[in-house]
Amino acid sequence: MSAASLGGAFRTMLVRDLLLAWRRRGDAMLPVLYAIIVATLFPFALGPEHALLARIAGGVVLVTVLLAMLLALDNVFRGDLDDGALEQMLLAPQPLSLLLAARMLAYWLVTALPLLLVAPVLAYMLGLEPAAQPVLLLALLLATPLLALLGIVLTALTAGTRRSGMLLSLMLLPLAVPIVIFAAGAVGAAQQGLPWVAPLAWLAAALALALVLAPLACATALRIALDT
Amino acid sequence: MNAFKLWYHKLGSPPYFYVFAGYIQPWLWTIALLLAAVGLYGGLVLAPPDALQGDAFRIIFVHVPAAWMSLFVYGVMAVSAFVAVIWRPKMAEVLAMESAPIGAAFTLIALITGSLWGKPMWGTYWTWDARLTSELVLFFIYLGIIGLYHAFDDPRQGARAASFLAMIGAVNLPIVHYSVVWWNTLHQGTTVHYFGPSSIAPSMLWPLLLMTIAAKFYYGASLMGRSRVALLSLERGKDWVADEVRGDTAHG
Amino acid sequence: MRSVETLRMDKFLAMGGFAQYVWPAYAAFFVILAGDVLATVVRRRRVLRELRGRLARQGTRRPRVSA
Repeated sequence: MSAASLGGAFRTMLVRDLLLAWRRRGDAMLPVLYAIIVATLFPFALGPEHALLARIAGGVVLVTVLLAMLLALDNVFRGDLDDGALEQMLLAPQPLSLLLAARMLAYWLVTALPLLLVAPVLAYMLGLEPAAQPVLLLALLLATPLLALLGIVLTALTAGTRRSGMLLSLMLLPLAVPIVIFAAGAVGAAQQGLPWVAPLAWLAAALALALVLAPLACATALRIALDT
Repeated sequence: MNAFKLWYHKLGSPPYFYVFAGYIQPWLWTIALLLAAVGLYGGLVLAPPDALQGDAFRIIFVHVPAAWMSLFVYGVMAVSAFVAVIWRPKMAEVLAMESAPIGAAFTLIALITGSLWGKPMWGTYWTWDARLTSELVLFFIYLGIIGLYHAFDDPRQGARAASFLAMIGAVNLPIVHYSVVWWNTLHQGTTVHYFGPSSIAPSMLWPLLLMTIAAKFYYGASLMGRSRVALLSLERGKDWVADEVRGDTAHG
Repeated sequence: MRSVETLRMDKFLAMGGFAQYVWPAYAAFFVILAGDVLATVVRRRRVLRELRGRLARQGTRRPRVSA
Protein backbone atom coordinates (compact mmCIF):
# COMPACT_ATOMS: atom_id res chain seq x y z
CA MET A 1 0.00 0.00 0.00
CA SER A 2 1.60 3.21 -1.09
CA ALA A 3 0.66 6.53 0.43
CA ALA A 4 -0.82 9.06 -1.95
CA SER A 5 1.14 12.26 -2.50
CA LEU A 6 0.06 15.34 -0.60
CA GLY A 7 -1.60 16.96 -3.59
CA GLY A 8 -3.23 13.67 -4.51
CA ALA A 9 -4.64 13.20 -1.01
CA PHE A 10 -5.98 16.74 -0.99
CA ARG A 11 -7.64 16.23 -4.37
CA THR A 12 -9.09 12.85 -3.42
CA MET A 13 -10.56 14.29 -0.22
CA LEU A 14 -12.03 17.27 -2.07
CA VAL A 15 -13.54 15.16 -4.83
CA ARG A 16 -14.99 12.72 -2.28
CA ASP A 17 -16.61 15.51 -0.25
CA LEU A 18 -18.00 17.23 -3.33
CA LEU A 19 -19.35 13.94 -4.65
CA LEU A 20 -21.03 13.21 -1.31
CA ALA A 21 -22.54 16.69 -1.34
CA TRP A 22 -23.74 16.21 -4.92
CA ARG A 23 -25.48 12.95 -4.03
CA ARG A 24 -27.40 14.87 -1.36
CA ARG A 25 -27.84 18.09 -3.26
CA GLY A 26 -31.23 18.68 -1.65
CA ASP A 27 -29.48 19.07 1.72
CA ALA A 28 -27.00 21.51 0.18
CA MET A 29 -29.86 23.73 -0.97
CA LEU A 30 -31.34 24.02 2.53
CA PRO A 31 -29.06 26.86 3.74
CA VAL A 32 -29.91 28.86 0.63
CA LEU A 33 -33.61 28.34 1.20
CA TYR A 34 -33.17 29.27 4.83
CA ALA A 35 -31.36 32.50 3.89
CA ILE A 36 -34.10 33.46 1.44
CA ILE A 37 -36.85 32.85 3.98
CA VAL A 38 -35.10 34.72 6.79
CA ALA A 39 -34.35 37.70 4.53
CA THR A 40 -38.00 37.72 3.42
CA LEU A 41 -39.17 37.93 7.01
CA PHE A 42 -37.54 41.33 7.54
CA PRO A 43 -39.88 43.31 5.26
CA PHE A 44 -42.82 41.53 6.90
CA ALA A 45 -41.55 42.45 10.35
CA LEU A 46 -40.47 46.00 9.60
CA GLY A 47 -42.91 47.05 6.88
CA PRO A 48 -42.14 47.57 3.20
CA GLU A 49 -40.80 51.11 3.64
CA HIS A 50 -38.07 51.41 1.03
CA ALA A 51 -35.69 53.80 2.84
CA LEU A 52 -35.57 51.68 6.00
CA LEU A 53 -35.05 48.40 4.14
CA ALA A 54 -32.36 49.93 1.94
CA ARG A 55 -30.50 51.14 5.00
CA ILE A 56 -30.44 47.73 6.70
CA ALA A 57 -30.14 45.61 3.52
CA GLY A 58 -26.37 45.04 3.78
CA GLY A 59 -26.48 44.05 7.44
CA VAL A 60 -29.51 41.80 6.98
CA VAL A 61 -27.90 39.89 4.12
CA LEU A 62 -24.64 39.47 6.05
CA VAL A 63 -26.29 38.20 9.22
CA THR A 64 -28.58 35.94 7.22
CA VAL A 65 -25.64 34.39 5.38
CA LEU A 66 -23.82 33.91 8.70
CA LEU A 67 -26.83 32.10 10.20
CA ALA A 68 -27.30 29.96 7.10
CA MET A 69 -23.66 28.89 7.25
CA LEU A 70 -24.03 28.08 10.93
CA LEU A 71 -26.97 25.84 10.06
CA ALA A 72 -24.81 23.70 7.81
CA LEU A 73 -21.80 23.54 10.15
CA ASP A 74 -23.23 20.81 12.34
CA ASN A 75 -23.00 18.28 9.51
CA VAL A 76 -19.36 18.92 8.62
CA PHE A 77 -18.00 16.02 10.69
CA ARG A 78 -21.28 14.28 11.60
CA GLY A 79 -21.34 11.69 8.82
CA ASP A 80 -17.64 10.85 9.07
CA LEU A 81 -17.90 10.55 12.82
CA ASP A 82 -20.79 8.09 12.57
CA ASP A 83 -19.27 5.79 9.94
CA GLY A 84 -15.73 5.88 11.31
CA ALA A 85 -14.18 7.72 8.36
CA LEU A 86 -12.93 10.38 10.76
CA GLU A 87 -10.80 7.82 12.62
CA GLN A 88 -9.28 6.82 9.27
CA MET A 89 -8.44 10.46 8.58
CA LEU A 90 -6.70 10.70 11.95
CA LEU A 91 -4.64 7.59 11.13
CA ALA A 92 -3.86 8.55 7.53
CA PRO A 93 -0.16 8.99 6.66
CA GLN A 94 -0.90 12.41 5.21
CA PRO A 95 -1.01 15.36 7.64
CA LEU A 96 -4.48 15.71 9.15
CA SER A 97 -4.42 19.46 8.58
CA LEU A 98 -4.12 18.92 4.83
CA LEU A 99 -7.16 16.65 4.75
CA LEU A 100 -9.06 19.14 6.87
CA ALA A 101 -8.09 21.96 4.52
CA ALA A 102 -9.75 19.98 1.73
CA ARG A 103 -12.82 19.54 3.94
CA MET A 104 -12.91 23.30 4.58
CA LEU A 105 -12.67 24.11 0.88
CA ALA A 106 -15.43 21.61 0.12
CA TYR A 107 -17.64 23.11 2.81
CA TRP A 108 -17.10 26.60 1.43
CA LEU A 109 -17.83 25.48 -2.14
CA VAL A 110 -20.96 23.58 -1.14
CA THR A 111 -22.46 25.95 1.44
CA ALA A 112 -21.08 29.43 0.90
CA LEU A 113 -20.91 29.59 -2.87
CA PRO A 114 -24.67 29.15 -3.44
CA LEU A 115 -25.26 31.72 -0.69
CA LEU A 116 -22.93 34.12 -2.52
CA LEU A 117 -25.07 33.66 -5.61
CA VAL A 118 -28.37 34.49 -3.91
CA ALA A 119 -26.98 37.25 -1.68
CA PRO A 120 -26.95 39.96 -4.40
CA VAL A 121 -30.53 39.02 -5.33
CA LEU A 122 -31.64 39.30 -1.70
CA ALA A 123 -29.80 42.60 -1.33
CA TYR A 124 -31.47 43.89 -4.48
CA MET A 125 -34.90 42.84 -3.25
CA LEU A 126 -34.26 44.70 0.01
CA GLY A 127 -33.30 47.77 -2.03
CA LEU A 128 -29.53 48.03 -1.55
CA GLU A 129 -28.05 50.76 -3.77
CA PRO A 130 -26.41 49.35 -6.91
CA ALA A 131 -23.20 51.19 -5.96
CA ALA A 132 -22.89 49.13 -2.77
CA GLN A 133 -23.60 45.77 -4.48
CA PRO A 134 -20.01 45.01 -5.55
CA VAL A 135 -18.78 45.95 -2.07
CA LEU A 136 -21.29 43.56 -0.49
CA LEU A 137 -20.19 40.77 -2.80
CA LEU A 138 -16.52 41.47 -2.07
CA ALA A 139 -17.22 41.59 1.67
CA LEU A 140 -19.05 38.25 1.48
CA LEU A 141 -16.25 36.81 -0.63
CA LEU A 142 -13.83 37.58 2.20
CA ALA A 143 -16.15 36.99 5.17
CA THR A 144 -17.61 33.60 4.17
CA PRO A 145 -14.26 31.75 3.95
CA LEU A 146 -13.26 33.30 7.28
CA LEU A 147 -16.51 32.11 8.85
CA ALA A 148 -16.05 28.69 7.30
CA LEU A 149 -12.52 28.35 8.67
CA LEU A 150 -13.42 29.58 12.15
CA GLY A 151 -16.66 27.60 12.20
CA ILE A 152 -15.05 24.31 11.22
CA VAL A 153 -12.34 24.66 13.89
CA LEU A 154 -15.08 25.11 16.49
CA THR A 155 -17.16 22.27 15.02
CA ALA A 156 -14.11 20.03 15.36
CA LEU A 157 -13.95 20.92 19.05
CA THR A 158 -17.55 19.78 19.56
CA ALA A 159 -17.06 16.57 17.54
CA GLY A 160 -16.82 14.42 20.67
CA THR A 161 -20.11 15.70 22.11
CA ARG A 162 -23.64 14.65 21.31
CA ARG A 163 -25.67 17.86 21.59
CA SER A 164 -23.75 20.51 19.71
CA GLY A 165 -26.19 22.63 17.70
CA MET A 166 -26.96 25.37 20.22
CA LEU A 167 -23.51 25.10 21.76
CA LEU A 168 -21.89 25.72 18.40
CA SER A 169 -23.77 28.98 17.89
CA LEU A 170 -22.87 30.07 21.44
CA MET A 171 -19.21 29.41 20.61
CA LEU A 172 -19.12 30.82 17.09
CA LEU A 173 -21.26 33.95 17.20
CA PRO A 174 -19.20 35.95 19.74
CA LEU A 175 -16.01 35.09 17.87
CA ALA A 176 -17.63 36.11 14.58
CA VAL A 177 -18.43 39.61 15.84
CA PRO A 178 -15.35 41.26 14.25
CA ILE A 179 -16.10 39.60 10.89
CA VAL A 180 -19.66 40.93 10.93
CA ILE A 181 -18.50 44.39 12.00
CA PHE A 182 -15.86 44.76 9.29
CA ALA A 183 -17.96 43.27 6.50
CA ALA A 184 -21.08 45.28 7.39
CA GLY A 185 -18.94 48.35 8.04
CA ALA A 186 -17.54 48.21 4.51
CA VAL A 187 -21.03 47.90 3.01
CA GLY A 188 -22.32 50.71 5.21
CA ALA A 189 -19.43 52.95 4.22
CA ALA A 190 -20.07 52.24 0.54
CA GLN A 191 -23.74 53.10 1.00
CA GLN A 192 -22.77 56.47 2.45
CA GLY A 193 -20.20 57.05 -0.29
CA LEU A 194 -17.29 56.78 2.15
CA PRO A 195 -14.02 54.89 1.53
CA TRP A 196 -14.60 51.19 2.22
CA VAL A 197 -11.25 49.62 1.42
CA ALA A 198 -9.77 49.62 4.94
CA PRO A 199 -12.22 47.20 6.64
CA LEU A 200 -12.04 44.85 3.65
CA ALA A 201 -8.24 44.98 3.79
CA TRP A 202 -8.47 43.91 7.44
CA LEU A 203 -10.75 41.05 6.47
CA ALA A 204 -8.32 40.01 3.72
CA ALA A 205 -5.40 40.07 6.16
CA ALA A 206 -7.38 37.98 8.66
CA LEU A 207 -8.30 35.54 5.89
CA ALA A 208 -4.66 35.14 4.83
CA LEU A 209 -3.71 34.37 8.42
CA ALA A 210 -6.66 32.04 8.96
CA LEU A 211 -5.91 30.09 5.76
CA VAL A 212 -2.56 29.10 7.25
CA LEU A 213 -3.56 28.66 10.89
CA ALA A 214 -7.09 27.23 10.70
CA PRO A 215 -6.23 23.78 9.25
CA LEU A 216 -3.51 23.34 11.89
CA ALA A 217 -5.82 24.54 14.67
CA CYS A 218 -8.58 22.28 13.33
CA ALA A 219 -6.28 19.25 13.41
CA THR A 220 -5.37 20.01 17.04
CA ALA A 221 -9.02 20.57 17.93
CA LEU A 222 -10.10 17.30 16.35
CA ARG A 223 -7.39 15.33 18.15
CA ILE A 224 -8.46 16.91 21.45
CA ALA A 225 -12.17 16.30 20.87
CA LEU A 226 -11.67 12.67 19.85
CA ASP A 227 -8.99 12.15 22.50
CA THR A 228 -6.16 10.66 20.45
CA MET B 1 16.66 21.47 39.90
CA ASN B 2 16.16 24.98 41.26
CA ALA B 3 13.68 25.87 43.97
CA PHE B 4 11.07 27.34 41.67
CA LYS B 5 10.99 24.32 39.39
CA LEU B 6 10.71 22.04 42.39
CA TRP B 7 7.84 24.11 43.74
CA TYR B 8 6.14 24.10 40.33
CA HIS B 9 6.32 20.33 40.08
CA LYS B 10 5.10 19.87 43.64
CA LEU B 11 2.10 22.15 43.03
CA GLY B 12 1.37 20.18 39.88
CA SER B 13 0.64 17.13 42.01
CA PRO B 14 -3.05 17.10 43.01
CA PRO B 15 -2.68 15.95 46.67
CA TYR B 16 0.01 18.54 47.33
CA PHE B 17 -2.03 21.26 45.64
CA TYR B 18 -5.11 20.24 47.64
CA VAL B 19 -3.29 20.71 50.93
CA PHE B 20 -1.55 23.88 49.76
CA ALA B 21 -4.82 25.42 48.55
CA GLY B 22 -6.57 24.50 51.78
CA TYR B 23 -3.76 26.17 53.72
CA ILE B 24 -3.70 29.50 51.84
CA GLN B 25 -7.47 29.79 51.27
CA PRO B 26 -8.34 31.28 54.72
CA TRP B 27 -5.52 33.81 54.33
CA LEU B 28 -6.77 34.88 50.91
CA TRP B 29 -10.29 35.22 52.33
CA THR B 30 -9.10 37.30 55.28
CA ILE B 31 -7.06 39.67 53.12
CA ALA B 32 -9.88 40.02 50.57
CA LEU B 33 -12.51 40.81 53.22
CA LEU B 34 -10.27 43.24 55.13
CA LEU B 35 -9.28 45.13 52.00
CA ALA B 36 -12.89 45.22 50.79
CA ALA B 37 -14.10 46.52 54.15
CA VAL B 38 -11.58 49.36 54.18
CA GLY B 39 -12.11 50.05 50.47
CA LEU B 40 -15.87 50.18 50.85
CA TYR B 41 -15.63 52.53 53.80
CA GLY B 42 -13.31 54.78 51.83
CA GLY B 43 -15.45 54.64 48.73
CA LEU B 44 -18.92 54.92 50.23
CA VAL B 45 -18.26 57.18 53.21
CA LEU B 46 -14.96 59.04 53.03
CA ALA B 47 -14.75 59.96 49.33
CA PRO B 48 -16.68 63.19 48.64
CA PRO B 49 -19.43 63.17 45.97
CA ASP B 50 -18.17 63.79 42.44
CA ALA B 51 -18.64 67.32 41.07
CA LEU B 52 -20.33 66.08 37.88
CA GLN B 53 -21.93 62.78 38.80
CA GLY B 54 -22.84 63.32 42.44
CA ASP B 55 -23.00 60.11 44.44
CA ALA B 56 -23.69 57.98 41.36
CA PHE B 57 -19.95 57.76 40.73
CA ARG B 58 -19.66 55.47 43.75
CA ILE B 59 -20.68 52.61 41.47
CA ILE B 60 -17.12 52.65 40.09
CA PHE B 61 -15.86 51.01 43.28
CA VAL B 62 -17.62 47.81 42.25
CA HIS B 63 -17.87 48.33 38.48
CA VAL B 64 -14.23 49.03 37.68
CA PRO B 65 -12.77 46.19 39.79
CA ALA B 66 -15.27 43.77 38.24
CA ALA B 67 -14.47 44.96 34.71
CA TRP B 68 -10.73 44.66 35.32
CA MET B 69 -11.17 41.24 36.89
CA SER B 70 -13.22 40.03 33.92
CA LEU B 71 -10.11 40.52 31.77
CA PHE B 72 -7.58 39.50 34.42
CA VAL B 73 -9.34 36.19 35.03
CA TYR B 74 -9.47 35.58 31.29
CA GLY B 75 -5.72 36.20 31.16
CA VAL B 76 -5.03 33.68 33.93
CA MET B 77 -7.43 31.21 32.34
CA ALA B 78 -5.81 31.61 28.91
CA VAL B 79 -2.31 30.99 30.31
CA SER B 80 -3.48 27.87 32.20
CA ALA B 81 -5.38 26.77 29.10
CA PHE B 82 -2.25 27.15 26.99
CA VAL B 83 -0.26 25.03 29.45
CA ALA B 84 -3.14 22.53 29.60
CA VAL B 85 -3.26 22.08 25.82
CA ILE B 86 0.51 21.88 25.28
CA TRP B 87 1.77 19.90 28.31
CA ARG B 88 -1.51 18.47 29.62
CA PRO B 89 -0.89 18.65 33.38
CA LYS B 90 -4.09 18.01 35.28
CA MET B 91 -3.66 21.06 37.51
CA ALA B 92 -3.55 23.50 34.58
CA GLU B 93 -6.82 22.04 33.26
CA VAL B 94 -8.45 22.38 36.67
CA LEU B 95 -7.26 25.97 37.16
CA ALA B 96 -8.41 27.02 33.67
CA MET B 97 -11.84 25.42 34.00
CA GLU B 98 -12.49 26.63 37.53
CA SER B 99 -11.46 30.16 36.54
CA ALA B 100 -14.11 30.36 33.82
CA PRO B 101 -17.21 30.62 36.08
CA ILE B 102 -15.49 33.20 38.30
CA GLY B 103 -14.59 35.26 35.24
CA ALA B 104 -18.15 34.96 33.94
CA ALA B 105 -19.44 36.13 37.35
CA PHE B 106 -17.19 39.21 37.27
CA THR B 107 -18.23 39.95 33.69
CA LEU B 108 -21.89 39.72 34.65
CA ILE B 109 -21.26 42.10 37.57
CA ALA B 110 -19.47 44.53 35.25
CA LEU B 111 -22.45 44.40 32.86
CA ILE B 112 -25.10 44.92 35.55
CA THR B 113 -23.24 47.66 37.43
CA GLY B 114 -22.28 49.30 34.13
CA SER B 115 -25.88 49.56 33.03
CA LEU B 116 -26.96 50.75 36.49
CA TRP B 117 -24.31 53.46 36.18
CA GLY B 118 -25.40 54.21 32.63
CA LYS B 119 -29.01 55.00 33.60
CA PRO B 120 -28.29 58.24 35.52
CA MET B 121 -25.41 59.16 33.17
CA TRP B 122 -26.80 58.37 29.72
CA GLY B 123 -30.50 58.25 30.60
CA THR B 124 -30.76 54.59 29.59
CA TYR B 125 -29.74 51.26 31.07
CA TRP B 126 -28.20 50.06 27.87
CA THR B 127 -26.35 51.85 25.15
CA TRP B 128 -24.17 50.18 22.56
CA ASP B 129 -21.07 51.85 23.89
CA ALA B 130 -17.78 50.16 23.06
CA ARG B 131 -16.91 49.09 26.59
CA LEU B 132 -20.30 47.62 27.52
CA THR B 133 -20.56 45.85 24.16
CA SER B 134 -17.10 44.30 24.53
CA GLU B 135 -18.03 43.09 28.01
CA LEU B 136 -21.17 41.49 26.59
CA VAL B 137 -19.18 39.63 23.93
CA LEU B 138 -16.69 38.56 26.61
CA PHE B 139 -19.60 37.21 28.67
CA PHE B 140 -20.77 35.11 25.70
CA ILE B 141 -17.23 33.79 25.19
CA TYR B 142 -17.08 32.73 28.84
CA LEU B 143 -20.46 30.99 28.47
CA GLY B 144 -19.23 29.18 25.37
CA ILE B 145 -16.16 27.90 27.23
CA ILE B 146 -18.24 26.73 30.21
CA GLY B 147 -20.80 25.16 27.88
CA LEU B 148 -18.18 23.26 25.89
CA TYR B 149 -16.55 22.00 29.10
CA HIS B 150 -19.85 20.54 30.31
CA ALA B 151 -20.80 19.07 26.93
CA PHE B 152 -18.24 16.28 27.25
CA ASP B 153 -18.86 13.19 29.36
CA ASP B 154 -15.19 12.98 30.32
CA PRO B 155 -14.27 16.11 32.32
CA ARG B 156 -10.59 15.96 31.33
CA GLN B 157 -11.41 15.80 27.64
CA GLY B 158 -13.92 18.61 28.09
CA ALA B 159 -11.30 20.65 29.92
CA ARG B 160 -8.82 20.26 27.07
CA ALA B 161 -11.39 21.15 24.41
CA ALA B 162 -12.62 24.16 26.39
CA SER B 163 -9.01 25.20 27.02
CA PHE B 164 -8.42 25.24 23.28
CA LEU B 165 -11.54 27.37 22.85
CA ALA B 166 -10.20 29.72 25.55
CA MET B 167 -6.98 30.05 23.55
CA ILE B 168 -8.89 30.89 20.34
CA GLY B 169 -10.90 33.40 22.37
CA ALA B 170 -7.71 34.96 23.74
CA VAL B 171 -6.48 35.58 20.19
CA ASN B 172 -9.88 36.92 19.22
CA LEU B 173 -10.54 39.18 22.22
CA PRO B 174 -8.26 42.09 21.21
CA ILE B 175 -9.70 41.90 17.69
CA VAL B 176 -13.23 41.98 19.12
CA HIS B 177 -12.34 44.99 21.23
CA TYR B 178 -10.76 47.01 18.42
CA SER B 179 -13.48 46.11 15.94
CA VAL B 180 -16.13 47.22 18.45
CA VAL B 181 -14.31 50.50 19.05
CA TRP B 182 -14.05 51.05 15.29
CA TRP B 183 -17.74 50.16 14.84
CA ASN B 184 -18.64 52.60 17.59
CA THR B 185 -16.80 55.53 16.00
CA LEU B 186 -18.19 54.56 12.59
CA HIS B 187 -21.75 54.93 13.82
CA GLN B 188 -20.99 57.95 16.01
CA GLY B 189 -22.04 56.17 19.14
CA THR B 190 -21.73 57.43 22.66
CA THR B 191 -18.10 58.39 23.11
CA VAL B 192 -18.57 59.56 26.66
CA HIS B 193 -15.46 59.35 28.79
CA TYR B 194 -16.58 59.74 32.33
CA PHE B 195 -13.47 58.24 33.52
CA GLY B 196 -10.01 59.35 32.51
CA PRO B 197 -6.97 58.71 34.69
CA SER B 198 -6.44 62.45 35.04
CA SER B 199 -9.86 63.04 36.58
CA ILE B 200 -9.39 60.63 39.48
CA ALA B 201 -8.88 62.37 42.78
CA PRO B 202 -6.67 60.58 45.33
CA SER B 203 -9.70 60.25 47.64
CA MET B 204 -11.32 58.11 44.92
CA LEU B 205 -8.17 56.35 43.83
CA TRP B 206 -7.13 54.56 47.00
CA PRO B 207 -10.52 52.92 47.69
CA LEU B 208 -10.64 51.90 44.04
CA LEU B 209 -7.20 50.31 44.25
CA LEU B 210 -8.10 48.55 47.50
CA MET B 211 -11.29 47.16 45.96
CA THR B 212 -9.34 45.98 42.92
CA ILE B 213 -6.75 44.18 45.06
CA ALA B 214 -9.56 42.74 47.21
CA ALA B 215 -11.21 41.38 44.06
CA LYS B 216 -7.92 39.71 43.06
CA PHE B 217 -7.65 38.04 46.48
CA TYR B 218 -11.30 37.00 46.26
CA TYR B 219 -10.53 35.40 42.90
CA GLY B 220 -7.61 33.55 44.48
CA ALA B 221 -9.75 32.34 47.38
CA SER B 222 -12.65 31.24 45.17
CA LEU B 223 -10.28 29.54 42.71
CA MET B 224 -8.63 27.57 45.53
CA GLY B 225 -12.02 26.46 46.89
CA ARG B 226 -13.28 25.48 43.46
CA SER B 227 -10.09 23.66 42.51
CA ARG B 228 -10.15 21.64 45.73
CA VAL B 229 -13.66 20.39 44.98
CA ALA B 230 -12.77 19.68 41.36
CA LEU B 231 -9.72 17.67 42.45
CA LEU B 232 -11.77 15.57 44.89
CA SER B 233 -14.16 14.79 42.08
CA LEU B 234 -11.50 14.12 39.43
CA GLU B 235 -9.25 11.95 41.62
CA ARG B 236 -12.10 10.01 43.20
CA GLY B 237 -10.41 6.62 42.88
CA LYS B 238 -7.17 7.72 44.53
CA ASP B 239 -6.09 6.88 48.06
CA TRP B 240 -5.43 10.48 49.09
CA VAL B 241 -9.04 11.36 48.32
CA ALA B 242 -10.29 8.44 50.41
CA ASP B 243 -8.08 9.60 53.28
CA GLU B 244 -9.36 13.14 52.87
CA VAL B 245 -13.01 12.04 52.90
CA ARG B 246 -12.43 9.92 56.01
CA GLY B 247 -10.71 12.81 57.76
CA ASP B 248 -13.56 15.12 56.78
CA THR B 249 -16.13 12.70 58.18
CA ALA B 250 -14.17 12.35 61.41
CA HIS B 251 -14.12 16.10 61.85
CA GLY B 252 -17.86 16.30 61.57
CA MET C 1 -37.44 64.00 67.03
CA ARG C 2 -34.84 62.00 65.15
CA SER C 3 -31.29 61.82 66.33
CA VAL C 4 -28.32 63.17 64.40
CA GLU C 5 -27.13 59.63 63.67
CA THR C 6 -30.42 58.63 62.04
CA LEU C 7 -30.33 61.72 59.86
CA ARG C 8 -26.76 60.98 58.82
CA MET C 9 -27.73 57.39 58.10
CA ASP C 10 -30.69 58.55 56.00
CA LYS C 11 -28.44 60.90 54.06
CA PHE C 12 -25.95 58.10 53.50
CA LEU C 13 -28.64 55.69 52.32
CA ALA C 14 -30.15 58.32 50.01
CA MET C 15 -26.84 58.56 48.09
CA GLY C 16 -27.63 62.10 46.95
CA GLY C 17 -30.75 60.89 45.14
CA PHE C 18 -28.92 58.05 43.34
CA ALA C 19 -29.84 55.33 45.85
CA GLN C 20 -31.88 53.40 43.29
CA TYR C 21 -28.76 52.95 41.14
CA VAL C 22 -25.94 52.75 43.69
CA TRP C 23 -27.40 50.14 46.05
CA PRO C 24 -28.59 47.69 43.39
CA ALA C 25 -25.09 47.88 41.87
CA TYR C 26 -23.51 46.98 45.20
CA ALA C 27 -26.17 44.33 45.77
CA ALA C 28 -25.41 42.79 42.36
CA PHE C 29 -21.70 42.73 43.19
CA PHE C 30 -22.16 40.93 46.49
CA VAL C 31 -25.07 38.67 45.52
CA ILE C 32 -23.32 37.32 42.42
CA LEU C 33 -20.05 36.71 44.27
CA ALA C 34 -21.98 35.11 47.15
CA GLY C 35 -23.64 32.89 44.55
CA ASP C 36 -20.19 31.87 43.30
CA VAL C 37 -19.11 30.93 46.84
CA LEU C 38 -22.39 29.18 47.59
CA ALA C 39 -22.17 27.14 44.39
CA THR C 40 -18.75 25.90 45.47
CA VAL C 41 -19.99 25.02 48.97
CA VAL C 42 -22.98 23.11 47.58
CA ARG C 43 -20.79 21.29 45.06
CA ARG C 44 -18.28 20.38 47.77
CA ARG C 45 -21.05 18.88 49.92
CA ARG C 46 -22.41 16.91 46.97
CA VAL C 47 -18.99 15.56 45.95
CA LEU C 48 -18.15 14.60 49.53
CA ARG C 49 -21.50 12.82 49.91
CA GLU C 50 -20.84 10.89 46.70
CA LEU C 51 -17.33 9.98 47.80
CA ARG C 52 -18.52 8.86 51.21
CA GLY C 53 -21.12 6.62 49.59
CA ARG C 54 -18.47 5.23 47.27
CA LEU C 55 -16.15 4.57 50.20
CA ALA C 56 -18.93 2.86 52.19
CA ARG C 57 -19.77 0.56 49.27
CA GLN C 58 -16.13 -0.37 48.80
CA GLY C 59 -15.71 -0.96 52.52
CA THR C 60 -18.52 -3.52 52.67
CA ARG C 61 -17.26 -5.42 49.65
CA ARG C 62 -13.58 -5.72 50.45
CA PRO C 63 -11.29 -4.14 52.99
CA ARG C 64 -9.15 -1.50 51.33
CA VAL C 65 -5.53 -2.49 50.92
CA SER C 66 -3.48 0.28 52.43
CA ALA C 67 -1.06 1.71 49.92
